[in-house]
Amino acid sequence: MKNDLASRPWKGAEREYDLLKELVIALAVVGALVLALSFAFGSPDDKSITLQSWAKAAPSDFVATAASELGGTSGTAGYGPPYNSASDGQVIGPINLQKLGGVRIPIDAAAVFVTTPLAKVSTDPAVTTAMSQWTGASADQQAKWAGDYGDAITKAPDGDYTKVATGDYGPVPAMTAALLASAQQGSLDGVLGNQGHFFDTNYTDSLLFIADGTYLEDQARAQHLGGDQWGMMNETGSYPGQSWLWLYTFWYQVEPFSSSGNADALVWGLMMLLTLGFVIVPFIPVVRSVPRWIPVHRLIWRDYYKAHPR
Amino acid sequence: MSVPHKYRAAPLALLSPMTALTGNLNGPGHYIDWGPIQISLANLVMILIGLALFVAALLLPFPKGRKRP
Amino acid sequence: MTIDETTADAPTTWTGHLRRRFFGTFPPEKLLPETQPEYVTSWIYVFGVATIAALIFIIGSGLVLTLQGPLWYHSSSLGHFVNSTHLWSVELFFLFMVVHLWGKFWMAAWRGRRAATWITGGICFLTSVGTAFTGYVMQTNFDAQWIATQAKDGLNSVGIGAWFNVLNLGQMLLFHVALLPLVLGGIVVWHVLLVRKHGVVPPIDAIDPSDATVEGAAS
Repeated sequence: MKNDLASRPWKGAEREYDLLKELVIALAVVGALVLALSFAFGSPDDKSITLQSWAKAAPSDFVATAASELGGTSGTAGYGPPYNSASDGQVIGPINLQKLGGVRIPIDAAAVFVTTPLAKVSTDPAVTTAMSQWTGASADQQAKWAGDYGDAITKAPDGDYTKVATGDYGPVPAMTAALLASAQQGSLDGVLGNQGHFFDTNYTDSLLFIADGTYLEDQARAQHLGGDQWGMMNETGSYPGQSWLWLYTFWYQVEPFSSSGNADALVWGLMMLLTLGFVIVPFIPVVRSVPRWIPVHRLIWRDYYKAHPR
Repeated sequence: MSVPHKYRAAPLALLSPMTALTGNLNGPGHYIDWGPIQISLANLVMILIGLALFVAALLLPFPKGRKRP
Repeated sequence: MTIDETTADAPTTWTGHLRRRFFGTFPPEKLLPETQPEYVTSWIYVFGVATIAALIFIIGSGLVLTLQGPLWYHSSSLGHFVNSTHLWSVELFFLFMVVHLWGKFWMAAWRGRRAATWITGGICFLTSVGTAFTGYVMQTNFDAQWIATQAKDGLNSVGIGAWFNVLNLGQMLLFHVALLPLVLGGIVVWHVLLVRKHGVVPPIDAIDPSDATVEGAAS
């Protein structure tokens, strides 16, 4: 583009323009807006879910989740990197970045979510016996017990874990019931995932456990925060959320992403490309000429064009 | 004599005008469906305000300044 | 010879070289000018400074929130109010930034060797999105739990989650209040310095002021 003029310092007429005064006025106006909006609307602050609140509100979901952790069928148990090698994770064509990241946050689901915390919170000899029966069994036997119990809960009336059909579930019902009881009492929060540090600022384990259930998602979907509800843009209550994520969340709503097992990786890959494109607009032919073709600039600089007609 | 902990915060809360004066948007959100698009009323309002500000900025006259040599 | 004569035109120290380089590019009258070119006459031009003003309120309210720790705002009505000012300054920040961006696109403001200004501006936007994200996951409430457990899937899918664990409150908190504000602040300063360096871009098809005699003769 022939923009020699734009490359050179402006030698034409100037006008007085007080930058500091402009900043002070901007601070006053924006400050007034911030205060007014804060007084008028406040901010959202929905209370966190705790293991206790989850166990009390949705005990069958809690028990079913605990069983899936034991059986290796939960989301976390089958996730792949960075938590384990149960799966290779998502791919973008031939590229597997998830695997490349490595298993840097190793989690043995059955241990982290059930057996380790249960050993810490329970002194009941019946639970100790159940745990011994569990650890003494083969991996296949463990998977069968836990899988069968999970299926039984799904098939029970109302999905109620107390109404499952009789069957051979080994020690799984006793272990999960004991974990539930301690959670409902509040003894599990702060214990599950605690790696023995006095000061613990890492909530990975508790959050993964809660997210493996359906209760968290049910609460979220009730507030339109689900992925297929454009939830990434939304906020709890009636508050504005993150409108700037519109394009990122848009792709999840449409094919081929909406039904792809690699949706996250594909959307990230696409957004990285588009982001790069956005940042290097000055170098992209056609796109960089759009402002010339659609003359919004004639409105912006109308005073100038009027004073300097061609 | 020390004041029991649960009462210490009370006077401060009573003094604070914030709880009395602030409104909130904690009610369930309104969502607008339009084809594949689902958008919250709050987000839609924000976007419309942004567009309105842009258009206003283009159209409103800007104060003339003093010319400088 | 006096010190002045020996150092006046030929710096021999690193400090001298840096001084000459910086003040050569940014003499005081360029850093803080009292005028702008005649074509700076549109309200669209205020959205850059409005964005910065909002950022100042974000940082200010954020600093107040740090005074009593991350859980303060749950139980204090004053804390809750400050949290509200933090939220609304963020909403205004993005609102003004986007309008500023729209304006700059339609002005093709990258012309005249101003590509770096556009690029740093784009990076400011992206860094802001990232900084806001770390803020959302350190709210220590339900929203934070949901956002973190969802976002981890996107980040894990491309290997980033192995290094940047959104479920780790301590990590997210430090990113949000220390690392990212510094990075963002640095890029914002760089962006503004570039604007001061190159000046505000002239209008598309502007007439070269040195052709003024031609213009005068034609009218």
